[in-house]
Amino acid sequence: MIEEPIIITRKLRKAYGRRVAVDGLDLEVPSGSICGLLGRNGSGKTTALKMLMGITRPDSGEGRVFGQRINNNQESLAIRARTGFLPEDKLVPGGMTVGELIRFTRAFYPLWRNDLEEHFLRLFHLPPSMTGASLSKGARCQLSLVLALSRGAELLVLDEPTSGLDPAMSEQVLRSLVTLAGEGQTTVLFSSHQISEVEQIADRVCMISRGRAVLSEEMDELANTYQQVRIVFDGKPPVSEFDNAREEGRTLSMLVRGDVEEVVARGRAMHALSVDVAPATLKDIFLTETSEAVE
Amino acid sequence: MFWKPNPSSGIPIYLQLVDQVKHAIETGALRPDEQLPGIRKVAGDLVVNVNTVAKAYRELEHEGVIELRQGFGAFVAGNSAESGAQRKFLRALPAMRTAVNRIAQLGLDEQQMRRLFETELTRLRKGSQHD
Repeated sequence: MIEEPIIITRKLRKAYGRRVAVDGLDLEVPSGSICGLLGRNGSGKTTALKMLMGITRPDSGEGRVFGQRINNNQESLAIRARTGFLPEDKLVPGGMTVGELIRFTRAFYPLWRNDLEEHFLRLFHLPPSMTGASLSKGARCQLSLVLALSRGAELLVLDEPTSGLDPAMSEQVLRSLVTLAGEGQTTVLFSSHQISEVEQIADRVCMISRGRAVLSEEMDELANTYQQVRIVFDGKPPVSEFDNAREEGRTLSMLVRGDVEEVVARGRAMHALSVDVAPATLKDIFLTETSEAVE
Repeated sequence: MFWKPNPSSGIPIYLQLVDQVKHAIETGALRPDEQLPGIRKVAGDLVVNVNTVAKAYRELEHEGVIELRQGFGAFVAGNSAESGAQRKFLRALPAMRTAVNRIAQLGLDEQQMRRLFETELTRLRKGSQHD
């Protein structure tokens, strides 16, 4: 029996005045998976995550987390009790010390993981007596992570969890996510600007562009779905015959989604001198699928 | 034991892991009937998804390179084709070492040695009679 996705949204929409931040978003995050959310700045990622957490209300559409409705006050409260949320602005209250803030937060979460709290405090060298106001930007990011990850939550929704962290710390955070998901009790949804991070640990990737999901697939499927194709012609290449093809001299390059054999056959039928097919990297796919070129 | 895979290389991570395990067997880092590190350990060490490692192990089992013993873990197959390859590799090593040492003594640099090796490989391939 296939389990229901932990997160599911249909046609979520949110506008701020005339600016449509999220424009009909369909999202699905399977239980126990690590799902990476990619999107350019202003693509609607953060607004989408805030709607899931009930911080902001959708204008229309629906969403459920743990089967609870995101736009219902009571059910949204139930969602937040079971989720470790890391917001985009990793702000911490200025007046409390690190230690006080952790104790304060811990009180709300009966499933708090002391082992994770200790692990991260040690890793990040966060002095318990330092106040929030005197922490550096990096330290604030680290403290926010401790608070979100130690919760013992079934679901982690993390908006750019490695931003502000050096590569070594980032790797440790990713390792924790891999380990938590690997233990089988945690689902992770994280957004990132580091495409390689998503490639490294995600089971599933969702790409948002202009408020909509342009891609939502298992990582393993991507290699079957997307390929880079390069066709060399004898003279001027028939660029209009191929979707989204770039022309350089006698060469056409394009990212093909789906039936690559058809494109190859078409190239050969047009007497191409050579046809090369290569795997597409997540970066290739991202740059193509989220491009905002005006047609 | 394993290098961190390159997530952006275009080669699926699980395939990179499959190759690494096979190489580990070839070089003797892993021996027939020896236990492989656990899936979660490998995932944590390399910082890749647990499912990716699981997929690599399933593929290796499918190819007969390893055995998954329920409740015990993953083990290098006792009489796998890989252990045969490993034996050949180890047997050839001394001959190669002698040759490399002798040529190095003649004062050739690494690039020249490599070219020499490629020349000989080509000769072998072409079945040429000329030395």
